[in-house]
Amino acid sequence: MFSSILQTLPQVLIDGLALGAIYAVVALGYTMVYGILELINFAHGEIFMTGAFVETAVLFIFQGAGWLTDMPAWLSYVLIILIAMLVTGALGVGIERVAYRPLRKAPKLILLISAFGVSFVLQDVIRFIAELKTGNYIISTPQLFDQRYQLPLSSISSWFTDASVKANTLFIFAIAIVLMIGLDIFVNRTKWGGAMRAVAQDRETASLMSINVNKVIVLTFFIGSALGGSTGVLFAQQYGTIDPYIGFILGLKAFTAAVLGGIGNIRGAMFGGIVLGVLEMFASSNLGILTGGNFGAEYKDVFAFMILIIVLIFKPEGIFGKAIKEKV
Amino acid sequence: MSLVELNNVQAFYGGIEALKGINLEVKAGEIVTLIGSNGAGKSTTLKSICGQVQTKGEIWFDGQKITSLEPHVIAQSGIAHVPEGRRIFPRLTVKENLEMGAFSVKSKKLIKERIEKSFVYFPRLKERYHQTGGTMSGGEQQMLAIARGLMMNPKILLLDEPSMGLAPVLVDQIFEIIQELNSTGMTILLVEQNAYQALQIAHRGYVIQTGEIILQDDAKVLLTNNQVREAYLA
Repeated sequence: MFSSILQTLPQVLIDGLALGAIYAVVALGYTMVYGILELINFAHGEIFMTGAFVETAVLFIFQGAGWLTDMPAWLSYVLIILIAMLVTGALGVGIERVAYRPLRKAPKLILLISAFGVSFVLQDVIRFIAELKTGNYIISTPQLFDQRYQLPLSSISSWFTDASVKANTLFIFAIAIVLMIGLDIFVNRTKWGGAMRAVAQDRETASLMSINVNKVIVLTFFIGSALGGSTGVLFAQQYGTIDPYIGFILGLKAFTAAVLGGIGNIRGAMFGGIVLGVLEMFASSNLGILTGGNFGAEYKDVFAFMILIIVLIFKPEGIFGKAIKEKV
Repeated sequence: MSLVELNNVQAFYGGIEALKGINLEVKAGEIVTLIGSNGAGKSTTLKSICGQVQTKGEIWFDGQKITSLEPHVIAQSGIAHVPEGRRIFPRLTVKENLEMGAFSVKSKKLIKERIEKSFVYFPRLKERYHQTGGTMSGGEQQMLAIARGLMMNPKILLLDEPSMGLAPVLVDQIFEIIQELNSTGMTILLVEQNAYQALQIAHRGYVIQTGEIILQDDAKVLLTNNQVREAYLA
């Protein structure tokens, strides 16, 4: 049993890290908005989904114009990510303006219900547009990279079987790392990043420092949503098929990742995403072996949400939660 | 010339009227103190000036009507409010807290100069420069809160209960610093429960009771006023 788990471990790690990188970047959107408004923006999963559809739409346009063959694939990839970030960022700002700002003084539950409403609206609008344009709401997206590299691990040690890594997976790593480092630098080293942390800690006092709180909230929604949208692109390229409902489960998982790392904590969300992705991939390939065939890969979601429940019971502030004692 | 002027200002929390039409004036270069018991409306008066509560009436600052402007716009026009309970950003470092105070200042060089200047008044902040605000003592936090307010180089400093919860030695120190700032030309509106010490350093004083100004006079006169002595100096 142990040796068969070990044999597939390299492949599990590669796939788990790719999935985890996606969770991590989506989790950032949840955690940033929560940090500022104490709102769990449940529409964030749908922003991610919208990003995936924007990717497909732009790819079809590029294909139609014949640009895909003219441009190197990596350039198309980067361009599409930038476009998807702009569109979803603007979408996030619009959602804040329409669905959250008028309710800012209302009880948090009402905001939460508003967020669910936005989710359903986005799902159905995207479904409507997709069916109108293609006749189907489940869409296969053109792949920019189809190379696959073999890693001959069995020649290093007989413990392992060979693993393979898609060129796309490498792209996910690269982009996720750039986005996470970029965000970390922005939040911790720049003036507006500092304003974001100040507003998260004490909104009223931040306004006394002549910080325009609304501007900071808009900025937070833009960045968080753009990150979510960019992950939609990564997801569509990695898994090939998208539908308007992919944001729901993935959003819940990314939310789990944010809670795992300590909601409101940016580095925690990155960590939580990676851990959750690897654990889930591990569960999906080994649950069958570990339980003698009683539970298969289909229980991986159960496994992920069990982690959420366990964290909420035993360490609700998360692994990197801010249990700092503050003097009054 | 008056720097701040409140004309018949009412303030509301929801439907409750916390200020019942007060008139108050601070002239450039003065220390004016607003004294009164808990819940009389002292903090609400400061919050009204800063646009943090809903108000009726007119508030003028430096020749400009600031009623119903947004808080960050009012702050930008030169009003630094050091709020009750210090309200420093607990998970930002001392350095970052000070930088937030200078948020509207564009020049990095100017920000550096002002931080250096605040070390003259508050040498402890230099020692604690890279520590997070929430881990400091109450006195240090109060110094940080005042220094943070000064970072924007305001025309007026509003201080809300700066002596609250501090040891007597520290209270003396804070009041000395307030006087020193004033001697360099800083206009100060000081809200205090510690009426005796506040009146000793102030030029003029107002006494507020359940949302109304009941007395106003030179601070020295108020110190000897029987009503004030019985109610606030006993």
